Amino acid sequence: MSADTHSAACAEAPAERRLNMIEAINDALDIMLERDPDVIVMGEDVGYFGGVFRCTAGLQEKHGKTRVFDTPISECGIIGVAVGMGAYGLRPVPEIQFADYIYPGLDQLISEAARLRYRSATEYIAPMTVRSPFGGGIFGGQTHSQSPESIFTHVSGLKTVIPSTPYDAKGLLIAAIEDNDPVIFFEPKRIYNGPFSGYYDKPVEPWKKHPQSVVPKDYYRIELGEARHVTNGEELTVLTYGTMCHVAEAVCREKGVDAEILDLRTLVPLDIEAIEASVRKTGRCLIVHEATRTSGFGAELSALVTERCFYHLEAPVERVTGFDTPYPHSLEWAYFPGPVRIGEAIDAILKD
Amino acid sequence: MADPADTPKPQGDNRPALALHVPEPRFRPGDKADFSDIDIGEAGAMPRPDESAAPADMKELAYGLVRVLGEDDRAHGPWDPKLDPDTLRTMLGHMAMVRAFDERMFRGQRQGKTSFYMKCTGEEATSVAASMALASDDMVFPSYRQQGILIARGYSLLEMINQIYSNKGDKLKGRQLPIMYSSREHSFFSISGNLATQTPQAVGWAMASAIKGDSRIAATWVGEGSTAEGDFHSACTFATVYNAPVILNVINNQWAISSFSGFAGAERTTFAARALGYGLAGLRVDGNDALACYAAQSWAANRARANHGPTLIEYFTYRAEGHSTSDDPSGYRSAQEREEWPLGDPVMRLKNHLIAIGEWDEEQQAEMDRSCAEKVKATTKEAEKNGILGHGLHHPFHTMFEDVFEELPWHLGEQARQATRERIAKFGKERPFG
Repeated sequence: MSADTHSAACAEAPAERRLNMIEAINDALDIMLERDPDVIVMGEDVGYFGGVFRCTAGLQEKHGKTRVFDTPISECGIIGVAVGMGAYGLRPVPEIQFADYIYPGLDQLISEAARLRYRSATEYIAPMTVRSPFGGGIFGGQTHSQSPESIFTHVSGLKTVIPSTPYDAKGLLIAAIEDNDPVIFFEPKRIYNGPFSGYYDKPVEPWKKHPQSVVPKDYYRIELGEARHVTNGEELTVLTYGTMCHVAEAVCREKGVDAEILDLRTLVPLDIEAIEASVRKTGRCLIVHEATRTSGFGAELSALVTERCFYHLEAPVERVTGFDTPYPHSLEWAYFPGPVRIGEAIDAILKD
Repeated sequence: MADPADTPKPQGDNRPALALHVPEPRFRPGDKADFSDIDIGEAGAMPRPDESAAPADMKELAYGLVRVLGEDDRAHGPWDPKLDPDTLRTMLGHMAMVRAFDERMFRGQRQGKTSFYMKCTGEEATSVAASMALASDDMVFPSYRQQGILIARGYSLLEMINQIYSNKGDKLKGRQLPIMYSSREHSFFSISGNLATQTPQAVGWAMASAIKGDSRIAATWVGEGSTAEGDFHSACTFATVYNAPVILNVINNQWAISSFSGFAGAERTTFAARALGYGLAGLRVDGNDALACYAAQSWAANRARANHGPTLIEYFTYRAEGHSTSDDPSGYRSAQEREEWPLGDPVMRLKNHLIAIGEWDEEQQAEMDRSCAEKVKATTKEAEKNGILGHGLHHPFHTMFEDVFEELPWHLGEQARQATRERIAKFGKERPFG
């Protein structure tokens, strides 16, 4: 859905309701628990307490303890039982408390959930949506800050979705829950409470000032595999997702660059048509993600753009990423691909 | 090589040196196998607690051995399931069929008809008798050596062989290693090659059944070696936390490829005793005694169905053959172990029981064995009409790209077109793609 359709949908809403991303996610879960008796929500601390980030607040009280419940601290177990629940016919929405904790569940995700439809020739499927807060910028240190999306995009059979606004978070989460394939749904926790320009020393801006914080009360879907134009422009295409959409937008605005910023929203399946159309138009492409550089999703994007748009390119494709180090606690902002790193890359792409 | 005396001593060298224990099986190739120290107890000796018993009140069952069939081939004690002779003959028939099927498929692999096979010789009771104690719609999450469940549930031998041959009749489209069956119709979960992953899945299925107020339960099978996987620990934890209606069957066949059960902890305790730390009911059962296998599974099924909780059952048995067609056990264990195994052969023991109670004779057994062998042979011939592995009669190759996702995404569409071009470049357009 483009920014225009969003405005149209909001215009139809009877009363303008502004939510932050946590509230929008909570709203999507509430709606899906209400609409589909096969949806269940589980994870560490998600029940009575409502989740360490409050995304599931109030859901157990409203929908009952067998629909929304706490689990043992066992990511392998959480994903493993979700595969079994899917085989039964449920549509589990497990939460992994931090993306950094997802690794004990990898075998169940990669070898089981992602392969079940294929290996059983559709006899069994694993229609689960694994929600997990990811990314840094909250002083989480190396175990509460990682962006492991490219581990999952490398696996055949998994879809990977990353919203960047409250409006998208709700619509994408509903579409993910309704999807019959396993979906990794990474929530950029730095922007749970407000968009982020990349200037960590400036006060946090709340979502309520952002147009995409208007979230209709009712059910709506944003189809997986469709990118969103954050801005339309002629000079440069920026391919990005999650927190970095906001940082890239702020930098381009400051520098006065007429950039076309694409929020990919879904990495697999990828909106290749939107990418090709934009790069062919602008002839220049910058890729921005917070995850480490080597074998990051930016490498895939760079290869795709080069393979498909080479003769339209007027400058080499540039990547701006986190460094190939663990996420350092005290040097968090030196690691983060902030305005300086993005600005330099833009200058390099536009210099000729 | 440095002189050990020159090596700097670690700090605290006045303390005794630590020693690492690396388990070693008692018998290696050429050794005389002697199992006389294994305490198998007496048939009928173990008490049978009520199915609602608290795990802590039945600890002895996790260390002893539930046995029904005695040396006299009669059924003894409170665990005797008192099955009628027809049921016993059916059970024997399934076990005989499993054995005949294994023989034929093993030979087929040696003849080059497929890449791989796994026999369950000596373990037939742990799948056939155990699954007969479940309802046909109870969901099973097997490991790779439970072909007995499919045969007991009436799955078509032809489908099994088609799968083993990965031929055009294989309803899994030739995607899975031979014997990694799946049959939703028979409430039989898709087998994974990754070990113990099915155990938390079974618990999840059971939790779902309980969430929905259903009456069906789940059961899973796992080898003693793979109880070392974290998944098994997760399964036990989730099972106990949610009191899930599930049965965790551990097949202790003594060997995980070449690693004996000591590498999963068997030198220190039993596998059934794992249950106690979790607060699960634990039963340790003679896995070569079909009646004991049936009785234990039946006890656990009744317990689960009445919301009294999950059960972990260890079947004490012996893997009489190699791990798979890719394994030669003569390289790591004594060839005598099989004949010296103190619990005998499960098929022989059930046959002898039926004879002892006057419901069977050797002639009928010979006829049963002959008929099983003939049926398998005829079905094999039928399956070969659909092709054998590598002889070209497989699923159309574009099926390779299907079912990765529900809908084909653009990148797989592109790769499928590339595969088509490669195929045409190699064989030309006229060759059918079948």
